[in-house]
Amino acid sequence: MASALFFYLFSVLAVASGASVILTKNPVHAVLFLILAFFNAAGLFVLLNAEFLAMLLVIVYVGAVSVLFLFVVMMLDVDFAELKAGFIKNAKIGALIGGLVLVELLALVGYKGLAVSPVMSPSSPVPAADSGITNTRALGEILYTKYVYYFEGAGLILLVAMIGAIVLTLKHRKGVKRQSISAQVARGPATGLEVVKVPSGGSVIPPPAKHPEAAE
Amino acid sequence: MDSSVLYVVAPELILAIGAISLLMLGVFTSNGEAAGRTVTWLSIAVLIATAIAVFQGSGSSLVFGGAFVSDGFTRFLKIVILIGAALTLLMTFDNFGRAKLLQFEYPVLVLLATLGMLMMVSANDLIALYLGLELQSLALYVIAAFKRDDVQSSEAGLKYFVLGALSSGMLLYGASMLYGVTGSTSYATIAAAATIPEMSTNIGLTFGLVFVLVGLAFKVAAVPFHMWTPDVYQGAPTPVTAFFAGAPKIAAMALLLRFTQAALPGIAPQWQQIVIFLAIASMVLGSFAAIGQNNIKRLLAYSSIGNVGFALIGLAANNTEGTAGVLIYLVIYVAMTLGAFACVLAMQRNGRNVESISDLSGLAKTNLTFATILAVLMFSLAGIPPLAGFWAKWYVFLPAIKAGLYPLSVIGVVTSVVGAYYYLRVVKIMFFDETAEGFSPPEGRTFAVMALSAAFVVAFVLPFVGGTVVDAATAAASVLVPAHP
Amino acid sequence: MLDTLQTFMNDYGWNLLVLIGFSLLLLVVLLVIIAFLLLMDRKVWAAVQMRRGPNVVGPFGLLQSFADLLKFVLKEPIIPSGSDKVVFLLAPLATATCALASWAVIPVNENSWGRWVISDMNVGILYLLAISSLGVYGIIMGGWASNSKYPFMGALRSAAQMVSYEVSIGFVIICVLLCVGSLNVTDVVNSQKTGIGTHIGLTNSLFDWNWFALFPMFVVFFISALAETNRPPFDLVEAESELVAGFMVEYSSTPYLLYMLGEYVSITAMCAMTTILFLGGWLPPLDIWPLNAVPGIFWFLIKVVFVFFMFAMVKAMVPRYRYDQLMRLGWKVFLPLSLVMVVITAAVLQFGGFLS
Repeated sequence: MASALFFYLFSVLAVASGASVILTKNPVHAVLFLILAFFNAAGLFVLLNAEFLAMLLVIVYVGAVSVLFLFVVMMLDVDFAELKAGFIKNAKIGALIGGLVLVELLALVGYKGLAVSPVMSPSSPVPAADSGITNTRALGEILYTKYVYYFEGAGLILLVAMIGAIVLTLKHRKGVKRQSISAQVARGPATGLEVVKVPSGGSVIPPPAKHPEAAE
Repeated sequence: MDSSVLYVVAPELILAIGAISLLMLGVFTSNGEAAGRTVTWLSIAVLIATAIAVFQGSGSSLVFGGAFVSDGFTRFLKIVILIGAALTLLMTFDNFGRAKLLQFEYPVLVLLATLGMLMMVSANDLIALYLGLELQSLALYVIAAFKRDDVQSSEAGLKYFVLGALSSGMLLYGASMLYGVTGSTSYATIAAAATIPEMSTNIGLTFGLVFVLVGLAFKVAAVPFHMWTPDVYQGAPTPVTAFFAGAPKIAAMALLLRFTQAALPGIAPQWQQIVIFLAIASMVLGSFAAIGQNNIKRLLAYSSIGNVGFALIGLAANNTEGTAGVLIYLVIYVAMTLGAFACVLAMQRNGRNVESISDLSGLAKTNLTFATILAVLMFSLAGIPPLAGFWAKWYVFLPAIKAGLYPLSVIGVVTSVVGAYYYLRVVKIMFFDETAEGFSPPEGRTFAVMALSAAFVVAFVLPFVGGTVVDAATAAASVLVPAHP
Repeated sequence: MLDTLQTFMNDYGWNLLVLIGFSLLLLVVLLVIIAFLLLMDRKVWAAVQMRRGPNVVGPFGLLQSFADLLKFVLKEPIIPSGSDKVVFLLAPLATATCALASWAVIPVNENSWGRWVISDMNVGILYLLAISSLGVYGIIMGGWASNSKYPFMGALRSAAQMVSYEVSIGFVIICVLLCVGSLNVTDVVNSQKTGIGTHIGLTNSLFDWNWFALFPMFVVFFISALAETNRPPFDLVEAESELVAGFMVEYSSTPYLLYMLGEYVSITAMCAMTTILFLGGWLPPLDIWPLNAVPGIFWFLIKVVFVFFMFAMVKAMVPRYRYDQLMRLGWKVFLPLSLVMVVITAAVLQFGGFLS
């Protein structure tokens, strides 16, 4: 009973915050609602005894991805009036096409129904409840054996994304003075200090100072 | 996991490890230009090594729980993809060298994209399909925008990325529907579910099929999902465009072939009508829209749209000969396209590339060899016998007629006549128009690709060239689609 | 109706009440301890600078924190008119709640009565990581909702800083988890009963704890914990010489109090995490008589206070980092180092025969 209660709590909140993401006018609020939706989805995972996935959802999506979303949304100066003008201009056509597709889908599904294949086996392989295998372990055991191909493939995709981001944005600017910590640390009396004999009544113009930290 | 799996995926492993090692090599080499040159040469070596590894394979094997398949069909296509990728890398040196773009990231990204293509060709599971597709696409988005200080190149990359992401979304939506109704992402299980009579009218299956096909049509640039092609082809640096026009098309076609014929043979009539529509629309648009083009890269973009339409005819026939026809078409198409783009790369004056068709005028008088090679390629693209382009069309039209697809074949023939007009216009401009300023002589490597391509196109009629390709393609196709009794 | 209530109470209710009772107990104890830790922080700082520190309220200034509490609560909260009011008030709440929530999985002792922890979940470490990564939201939201320049800059700094250091914290935790083989926080402590110390003959000693086997990671974790909690020398978020008080510029009264509370609760949580991951939790440093007779909870507290003392000393002694130095340290030093250590740890465990 309690789990049913929580199920409805999480699902209602998830759906409501999901709707708020697209209905709210302020993009920052939208991202905050998105975070709430992620949280509720994580709650649903917990109810399914998939606590590893729940935590991963929070760490990856809430802890990292949404922070960057928020970062970008806050930095961007979005002109809502302009955005809305474009939206309204295209809204009629969009609504017409969207409505048509929706009506078609509803008519088809209403007429035929969505049936699943009779050969389908809807059971999912979960470790037995008394086997003492936590779902973290269960996931690990198939992720690196059965699904290793997908795992490595996904890794390569992320590598490409990283290379892409660097190639398209990194600019090596010339003439920038960078800090070289090793050079700073290595600087001792021998390199940083010069003793000059000043003749009485005369003067010595010191040679231009070397900046080891700008060496890079 | 036993080590025999490693033999099956050896080509992919070589490519992946090669790409990562070359990335490291590039990162830890300080001299940018020289590193780019070295890494590009080494990348070509890696591609050749991969091709050798593909040659070593034999038989049919399914590994990783059926997600990865290696058989005659995949090996045939992988060889073509690897050759295409290697030749495009060979063409990049001079152009990129001039544009100060010869960075080591480019060949590495090409290698990773090629790896994605090999994964696509071998995909026997919806997840494997998506991973391969995404690996390839992401790398391609980046290299489309590789000339990042150039507005057109950035625009091409962005456009390609946004539309590609949209199509990936559609594909995933369809894949999730297929998974929902069949309970599996594996082609074999989907095929088993789809062959059950009561499933043939299943709404979920049909929707899934439609969305996946839409996603794949985006990737092969079939009409009406072709909008990105001309802009991306025009905006991307020319060596990149040459790459786009070749290998990725083959991989996406392979995906389409295997997805339709291995996963959904049970509802063939349903996807056949979609493929027929795509084929007709692509052929018609490809030939008519190309007429008004002034930029040779845009012209070739529309040409590639039209060519995809012709290739799809073979798929629509849905039999061994048809599939073999698609494979033959792809090989010839890649050869012609690479040659054509090599010619575009060679169109340069005073170290700057020109891309307008009018720049070609009177080329025969200033550089007859160049003009002849381009003319041969254009005649072949137009489908004039006995050049390869004719045989490509022959091998897709024949099975279509056999399968009773008369209207499709007639439309195909008519559009290829229309298409001949704009190909031949290029020839006319080169041979009969006022002489414009001549081009700088083409660089060795680019010229080699041009000449090789033209030689292949001319020699295809010889049995030991064309015959070999046709035999290999037929053998490959019969693995995927066993001949119907 | 009564029946349903009866079953509900039997199934969940009593457990729930017990849970609420324990949570309240933990909260009260925690907050009282934090009140004194705050005082200690200031006293340590003062001592380093040869001052006396707070010494007016109560004997030796012991009641200073409570006086501050009253002062903040009784002051008028000022909400800037240009601010986004809901988010502005939500932000300090989020900070304090997230910080307090992390204590739900921190075990403070284990004895014959069982495990002294609110929720003994089997992914406790991940929960801690998740909650600590949420701390950034309070700061970002507060900085943005203030609708003012300095708070916003402070918020942006903090977002980048916390995301950067979370990466290395994550890898450090992976190193520890590789050695432990469980994501349960209590298991992490219990696994430190045997280790290198046992191999060299000092059974159940402080050399069994992870800090010894994973010393570089211990250092990385400690420094990353400073950055993650925005403590000096990484308090660029509120660098007073540059940003006045960073994201807290516009805050006053109770919302400000909540920020301060959240900050100190998350610092203690980080201290507790350091204790659990590296310093053997409630285990005594040597398995000899007077030491092993002391209840585990005291060892736990002593260790937490010790780590907190180190936090305070760092604050007193180390000058503030510049922002680019901070980022360099996180991405160019800690990230590669911790990545390499993950590989080394895994290799040693695999090929050293530690995974029976």
